[in-house]
Amino acid sequence: MTIATLHGSAVGGQRTTGEAVKYNEAVLRLFAAAAMIWGIVGMLVGVVIALQLAFPQLNFGIEYIQFGRLRPVHTSAVIFAFGGNVLMASSLYCVQRTSRVALFGGDALAKFIFYGYQLFIVVAALGYVLGITQGKEYAEPEWYADYLLTVVWVAYAVAFIGTVAIRKEPHIYVANWFFMAFIVTIAMLHIVNNLDVPVSFFGTKSYPVFPGVQGAMVQWWYGHNAVGFFLTAGFLGIMYYFVPKQAQRPIYSYRLSIVHFWALIFLYIWAGPHHLHYTALPDWAQTLGMTFSVMLWMPSWGGMINGIMTLSGAWDKLRTDPVLRFLVSSIAFYGMSTFEGPMMSIKPVNALSHYTDWTIGHVHSGALGWVAEVSFGALYFLVPKLWNRNRLYSIRLVSYHFWIATLGIVLYITSMWVSGIMQGLMWRAYDNLGFLQYSFVETVVAMHPFYVIRALGGALFLVGALVMGYNLYRTARGDLREEQPYTLGGSAQAAR
Amino acid sequence: MINHATIEKNVVLMLLLTVLTVSIGGLVEIVPLFTIESTIEKVNGIRPYTPLEQLGRDIYLREGCYLCHSQQIRPFRDEAERYGHYSLAAESMYDHPFQWGSKRTGPDLARVGGKYSNDWHVQHLTNPQSVVPESIMPKYAFLKRPLKFDDIAAHLKTLRIVGVPYTDDDITQAVNDVRAQVDPSADSTALLKRYPKAVVAKFDDSSKEVTEMDALVAYLQMLGTLVDFTDYKPADLQQ
Repeated sequence: MTIATLHGSAVGGQRTTGEAVKYNEAVLRLFAAAAMIWGIVGMLVGVVIALQLAFPQLNFGIEYIQFGRLRPVHTSAVIFAFGGNVLMASSLYCVQRTSRVALFGGDALAKFIFYGYQLFIVVAALGYVLGITQGKEYAEPEWYADYLLTVVWVAYAVAFIGTVAIRKEPHIYVANWFFMAFIVTIAMLHIVNNLDVPVSFFGTKSYPVFPGVQGAMVQWWYGHNAVGFFLTAGFLGIMYYFVPKQAQRPIYSYRLSIVHFWALIFLYIWAGPHHLHYTALPDWAQTLGMTFSVMLWMPSWGGMINGIMTLSGAWDKLRTDPVLRFLVSSIAFYGMSTFEGPMMSIKPVNALSHYTDWTIGHVHSGALGWVAEVSFGALYFLVPKLWNRNRLYSIRLVSYHFWIATLGIVLYITSMWVSGIMQGLMWRAYDNLGFLQYSFVETVVAMHPFYVIRALGGALFLVGALVMGYNLYRTARGDLREEQPYTLGGSAQAAR
Repeated sequence: MINHATIEKNVVLMLLLTVLTVSIGGLVEIVPLFTIESTIEKVNGIRPYTPLEQLGRDIYLREGCYLCHSQQIRPFRDEAERYGHYSLAAESMYDHPFQWGSKRTGPDLARVGGKYSNDWHVQHLTNPQSVVPESIMPKYAFLKRPLKFDDIAAHLKTLRIVGVPYTDDDITQAVNDVRAQVDPSADSTALLKRYPKAVVAKFDDSSKEVTEMDALVAYLQMLGTLVDFTDYKPADLQQ
């Protein structure tokens, strides 16, 4: 990894001042390691519940491991535990480098954030298997866990924004705009959607403040923007820092960055009602949600172009640098799912896709293709840096990981497309006497082969993550694998 | 035009503008739902859950039923035939939280009440494959265990704080109402006066005690049964 000598040059200005800033980086190893471990746990649970859908005997009649209790464990583990730790590791790394100051609050605050956040994850997940849940998707943790997360999140905001505030660079770097918008908006969403009244101070149960239709709107305002700000704005921050660093090219367009940022954060927040098409939510709200979701396509693709075109003049690196391959392919998946999303938000399309596996496929093309792949790229970049190693243990293993994971994604999303569209069509099929052609359970039977393929795709993705975990573990230990380097006509890059 | 450099050099300005930008959409979409009166249709029959139904609903949440079953029928011909009249906002006005769901791995349950017998539900929850061989639903035989309901009054009180119109009488009678709903031989007039259309039965006959199975089936058997749609023309239900 030649870029080890280049920090601060590709982004954050070209200035060389004699003094070296002592960054708080060793503490970020905790977040990186936790991300990898939670990622494997979350993906493993994902494979388990995928298998339960294909083979229901695997629920074993045991309450703690039946699908309904494990599914929130999967979603929370991959989104909040894996994604959250990746975001914290990469944002707290990026903000120090691009501000050229050490972390505000130092190691102590960072450690508080780390242990507090892991405690939240464990408390929430234990709750799910024990049946403690608010019963709202992606907002399952009960009131006491919500308070815990609020405290940790404020500490995270203080550390991040504090570092930006004491920066030595005149400009706030674009990645940090996205990270700040992510941190602030998630705080707002989390607090409003989790307003509830506990039944007793020593009990776990609470009832949310908002009822029925208003509760549904608030929940999907939250839910969609957990996607928009946690899984998009946050990871776009990662894109805006790590893609230029790994490619050693500046961001394609500064102007596009500005348009991308403001348009994205303005439009995203409106998109929630597309989760409630044709429900009892009033039509005016559904129409607003659809309209803004379609408009959202534009800033999303603006961001995709800005990320991908950052490689102009450096495309050859894709042949020799599998880490960059992860980053670029993640942006391509981002483009694909941000086209699919607006399309599915159009009401007549949604009439077919809603309540089916098509939604699940869409989510995973974003979650596996975009979020996980950009995270893998960032972690492969970060781990050698944080452990002061010259390069990864093995570059070849990164390439194997890339192909195993990408094959897994393809199996996953294609099987869910077929299963979802098929089920949607079967539900509305009539026979020539004018009766519904299929009973519900016939559609369940028809999905079985696709559930098996999906589980296989998920398992491949998990295998890829295990390869990565091994590679990062050996990297942290300081080992180097004896392997044939990737070469490109004997250029200087060949040394990697 | 303002130079963007002004914003990106000032963290306070940038944060303020960010907060402003991300607030607008939510305010426009959420606030009117509380102020526009026609959001909730004016229909008769909607009532708070009986204590037993509410406990069943809590179990429905606890087991994550909402992850595979929606409770929201869309206004399409096939859904009307499969599930019944499309769902009204009024029908979930006392739901904290709403349980509309987002996925139909299993069928919609918004109007499952009364469609199957109590025995069918108990058998189906105990071993789904015994009544629907192709079903992929997990077995919930473990629900045949005693229901904890000594603190039900505290639950109803909390629900009253968030806006469910339980009366003082409802709250003081809550524990008795749980017992009354599973005891068909006792006098259930008071219960049915407070909670019209509540289904009174010993749903789960595997135990003399009130079980979690009793609560869940009581909840399922009332879903979607409160509004009599023969009383309304489509125009009456416009939002």
